[in-house]
Amino acid sequence: MSSTVLLPPRHYLNDGYGIRSWLLTRDHKRIALLYLAAITFFFFVGGAFAVMIRLELTTPIGDFVSDETYNKLFTMHGVMMVFFFLVPSIPATLGNFLIPLMIGAKDLAFPKLNLLSWYIYILGGFFTLYALISGGVDTGWTFYTPFSTVSSTTNVIPTALGIFITGFSSILTGLNFIVTIHRMRAPGLTWFRMPLFLWSLYATSLIFVLGTPVIAITMLLVAVERIFHFGFFDPRLGGDPVLFQHLFWFYSHPAVYIMVLPAMGVVSEIVPAYCRKRIFGYPFVAFASVAIAVLGFLVWGHHLFVAGESPYAAMIFSALSFMVAIPSAVKVFNWTATMYKGSISWDTPMLYAIGFIGLFTIGGLTGLFLATLPIDVHVTDTYFVIAHFHYIMVGGAIMGYMGGLHYWWPKISGRLYNEFLAKISAGIIFLGFNLTFFPQFVLGYLGMPRRYHAYPPEFQVLNVLSSAGASILGVGYLIPLCYLLWSLRYGLVAGSNPIGAVGLEWMTTSPPPTENFLETPIVTWEAYQYDQPMETHVA
Amino acid sequence: MSPEAVHTYSPALAHQFDDAGQQKEAATLGMWVFLVTEVLFFGGLFVTYLVYRNWYPGAFTAASHEMIVWAGTTNTFVLITSSLTMALAVHAAQLGNRRLLMTFLIITMALGCVFLGIKAFEYYSEYVEHHVPGMGFQFEAEHFQHAQLFFSLYFMMTGLHALHMIIGLGIMSVMLWWSYRGVITPEYTNPIEISGLYWHFVDIVWIFLFPLLYLIGRHVHG
Repeated sequence: MSSTVLLPPRHYLNDGYGIRSWLLTRDHKRIALLYLAAITFFFFVGGAFAVMIRLELTTPIGDFVSDETYNKLFTMHGVMMVFFFLVPSIPATLGNFLIPLMIGAKDLAFPKLNLLSWYIYILGGFFTLYALISGGVDTGWTFYTPFSTVSSTTNVIPTALGIFITGFSSILTGLNFIVTIHRMRAPGLTWFRMPLFLWSLYATSLIFVLGTPVIAITMLLVAVERIFHFGFFDPRLGGDPVLFQHLFWFYSHPAVYIMVLPAMGVVSEIVPAYCRKRIFGYPFVAFASVAIAVLGFLVWGHHLFVAGESPYAAMIFSALSFMVAIPSAVKVFNWTATMYKGSISWDTPMLYAIGFIGLFTIGGLTGLFLATLPIDVHVTDTYFVIAHFHYIMVGGAIMGYMGGLHYWWPKISGRLYNEFLAKISAGIIFLGFNLTFFPQFVLGYLGMPRRYHAYPPEFQVLNVLSSAGASILGVGYLIPLCYLLWSLRYGLVAGSNPIGAVGLEWMTTSPPPTENFLETPIVTWEAYQYDQPMETHVA
Repeated sequence: MSPEAVHTYSPALAHQFDDAGQQKEAATLGMWVFLVTEVLFFGGLFVTYLVYRNWYPGAFTAASHEMIVWAGTTNTFVLITSSLTMALAVHAAQLGNRRLLMTFLIITMALGCVFLGIKAFEYYSEYVEHHVPGMGFQFEAEHFQHAQLFFSLYFMMTGLHALHMIIGLGIMSVMLWWSYRGVITPEYTNPIEISGLYWHFVDIVWIFLFPLLYLIGRHVHG
């Protein structure tokens, strides 16, 4: 790319410079960047807790922090990462930025609501940070009752309220996306001409809208039970603690798909772009997203296999959990088939996409282990579970997020990042990730329980490997932070479509103008037409 | 600006929409999706109620005998009437009759206040009779524990419903102000219509709460 390309004279980043132009913006692209800054902050806060957890676990005895502090560390790590990073990560940043661009609209359907949801998110974040600074919370991110409502003496209420508040941000984002995708598409952009990223975000939004209210009411019940001693879940007051688990997982299992579905959407964009091929089996990939969202609501009971569930319920939940593997595998096979005989370029986003496919497959297959009743009973609450869901959430969701961030970075910033550093750090992240979490499968299978700050000495070697991997992973995440920030000022100017990808977002300038398109585009082509040169589309 | 981007000017048309029709469709769909989230929000409570009612029918029947049925019945009629006046307000807005619109909005809000007043009276009676969990709760010994559960759910469910009523009154105040200022025109009735959807939804929640909390099991002598 030659450096003689200039940034467009007018774009969303130079449309006003003051702090008010950012904090009161209604432009979805600027709101996406507000989210990007906020979630990056929470990601590194959550990461700092992970560092301390792994430091503690390098030695068998609990010597670095006390057991109580350790309980708070893993709780805050989980709360920060799940509710304040993973759930909003791709939807609120890339989704916010790209949905109007991909459908040829000027903005989301409700721009003010979009800004409001950012402020709600920040408010929830402050509540949780307050809980953290004023002493932390030790219930685990799952807030199981009656410990959370009766026994724990830590800051359960502000944390629960923080999650309650942040839930409304998710709900409003999901609502905004659903209405936008239904009502704001450019002329000619039928559902089956949409990029698959939008299908996956639509499915994600369905979960936001249907699942989040349930976690909201559940957190409210926990807070009310603690404050007013109402007995919803406390057995001494007539309640049932297992009911909490049902309500909690009714949201929190689908929430896993909130995290991984958008990453799947990102991969569905990257793979065709770097293989120069149409996606294989478009409708199957599209419906697989919806199928995962729907099935995701029917499997929560597999978190309760050991909690006193009827064996018949457990068997049905087990069978339904297996069914999630079908649409997931459809996606993996279709990406692989897309790559088959493609002309693959090994650029950074593609590295992340391939990393995603491999790690998601491992995470998904070990999920089948856990859906199998007897194996689940054996490995419940061990590091096997920890390793499994980190393969999905870190190996899957964060790989997808990083891939998407790199893929669309030239569109977002108008500039190119350092490809060499980016490839190196993608490799470091992949290595560090596997070194961190693969030993945990073994540890869990051997019986090391989660949530203890000490362990028998025979587990030390694997734990040291895991901690070493975590330090490598940490470096891997810091490098992109540096070169991406650097590229904002010093990166080469990208031009509107540096990699020759197809899709409406590449037809406008980089960075796009505030109104996205100077004229509303009229779509007359299918998605991913990499077999036809781009110029023929733009009539 | 290209010529086709120029539309008939409407001060109420937000910049992201092409025309008023699209804006109206988006606003309506948005409110429906929001109401779906509300169904799920209350749904968590309804599930909790149904599970415990199924487990402890005796205690729940005994506790529901303590409800003031005439108050609940009156409130049901008050709310259904307010839904009627709300629908009439939407109709008046579509006709462009500002005076009628404001009258119906005021009646709707007044009925909402009557509902909250009666609800407050009920809460006060229950407080006097020591039926508030966590505040010196008293009940016959046989059902003490699970009646407490019933009252926990009763206060949570009706309390959240009352909160929705209060939010509804706030929305109606804004609608009244906008009607007074002439923001609402026959061409731009979206705010009144989607506020009406919200108001009807809050009514419907009560239509479910009333039989669940006040009526079911009344003929059974618990």
